[in-house]
Amino acid sequence: MWPAMITFEHVTKRYPDGTVAVEDLDLVCPTGQITVFVGPSGCGKTTSLRMINRLLEPTEGRILVDGNDVRERDASVLRRDMGYVIQQAGLFPHRTVLDNVATVPMLLGVSRKEARRSAAEQLERVGLVPELGKRYPYQLSGGQQQRVGVARALAADPPIMLMDEPFSAVDPVVRGDLQREFLRLQDDIGKTIVFVTHDVDEAVKLGDQIAVFATGGHLVQVDTPERLLAAPANEFVADFLGGDRGIRRLTFLASDRVGLDESDVVDSTVAPGLLEALGDAGRDWALLVGADRHAVGWVPTSGVPAAAAARPVERTFNPAADSLRVALDSALLSPAGRAVAVDDDGRVLGTAAHADILRAVTDEVARSQRVEAAS
Amino acid sequence: MNWEWVTGHLPLIGQLLGEHVFLSVLPVVIGLAVSLPLGIVCSRYPALYGPVLLLTSVLYAVPSLALFVFLLGVTGLHTTTVVIPLALYTLSVLVRNVVDGMRSVPDAVRDAAVGMGFGPLRRLVQVELPIAVPLIMAGTRVATVSNISMVSIGALLGFGGLGQLFTTYGIQLNFFLTAILTGVVLTVALAVAADTIIVGIQRLLTPWAPRGAGR
Repeated sequence: MWPAMITFEHVTKRYPDGTVAVEDLDLVCPTGQITVFVGPSGCGKTTSLRMINRLLEPTEGRILVDGNDVRERDASVLRRDMGYVIQQAGLFPHRTVLDNVATVPMLLGVSRKEARRSAAEQLERVGLVPELGKRYPYQLSGGQQQRVGVARALAADPPIMLMDEPFSAVDPVVRGDLQREFLRLQDDIGKTIVFVTHDVDEAVKLGDQIAVFATGGHLVQVDTPERLLAAPANEFVADFLGGDRGIRRLTFLASDRVGLDESDVVDSTVAPGLLEALGDAGRDWALLVGADRHAVGWVPTSGVPAAAAARPVERTFNPAADSLRVALDSALLSPAGRAVAVDDDGRVLGTAAHADILRAVTDEVARSQRVEAAS
Repeated sequence: MNWEWVTGHLPLIGQLLGEHVFLSVLPVVIGLAVSLPLGIVCSRYPALYGPVLLLTSVLYAVPSLALFVFLLGVTGLHTTTVVIPLALYTLSVLVRNVVDGMRSVPDAVRDAAVGMGFGPLRRLVQVELPIAVPLIMAGTRVATVSNISMVSIGALLGFGGLGQLFTTYGIQLNFFLTAILTGVVLTVALAVAADTIIVGIQRLLTPWAPRGAGR
């Protein structure tokens, strides 16, 4: 099945008591991308999600999947084409993990044997060992249950995935793992995903596109995470994004233009005069590398460049892949106040001071603003 | 204790035991057959549950002997006269447990089932009822054991299973202690056996349930 596009057209959800949960929502969730619905509680983000698979029906307007109104199809049949993952996982307690994952294929009429075979593949895909398939849900940890929930939603290979706060109920460490693996998985499967969360960091991390909802069911802004952080539409969005919006923007700025310096990269054969010269130039530390040019650690320019005395390099950045946020972090963690740049194989390319990184930030921000102005 | 009487009356005791089993199990089967649909309907339409609960509670409060005597005038001297009240008691216990069982299905599980494309009937049969089994079985245990004890009262009508050992062979024979003791011991043993069997069935039906203490 191919990924599909979801379109909201003037969708309003009003309850009989007059409460408006969603008001005049116009939104396109593009094919093969992750659209995150984010906002405070009561903003209509979950209501909007639940109208896609007809767990709720709009009062006005319509929702289209690839141009077809979702109400043209029988609700149960429609839902089998949309993977559904919820916060509490909602695994069937009376079925084994494997049979939980096999649920939708079996609803679609696939034989039990075939459904279980593909279910075992799905378990592997979400990072669970096949032996877990024989267990019952109560025997799993919260993180494992969520993985099973994701595997179950993927089992029938639906073009669309609807995910309602799927990672909110697990602890932060597990959540980080789940988010990383989810992105890796999406790189493979390229589903059209609608992802609801109240966590801005999660939205920025996962979204190709973020839709910010405000209380009362208003859609306030739809944008890429970069643009959202750079140019919030109004004070509500700015407040919602939080205080360190500027720092978080660094995540989207490439570090490939940071000016690198190789003069303080030394190996154990370095002449003592060179270290002295570095010290005279105000450099208290030099980066010692091995014969393979992998970093050994920071050594003081006042002493002998011995590996035993080296201070470890806690974090490096790869200019070809990492953001300026990683580069800055690398500089802040270094005793020399300098970030260590490495290539794909981990060989040291050079070092950069805070100031070099901040200069790159200024350039990148100016550049992205020019791009924005031109578009 | 007159063991000679016991060994001499084994066929009689066996027959009474069989009758006792029949009279206590049949009402459970009938009660289950009625309370399952009733409980399911009540959990789907909560407005109905109040009146149904009131009616079954009133029935449960009517003294069994009074009910036997009343039915005597309707159904006559027949096993039905014993089976109907016991079935009604079973029903009033089980309706609650069926509704509680349906309510024990976590919201997230129901939501996931609907969201994955289960229609109402399939959801009931494949998801909700299996999850309700532990509570329904718990009610069945209570109803069965209490039936086993209550069947004896039917002895006053001549259909009491082991209860006959208290009346016909006990009290009416000048408080013949051996017969009374035999009846008591067998009734208790039957209750324990029935309870064990039901727990065994429950374990077979629910391999998925966490086995906590006291089960």
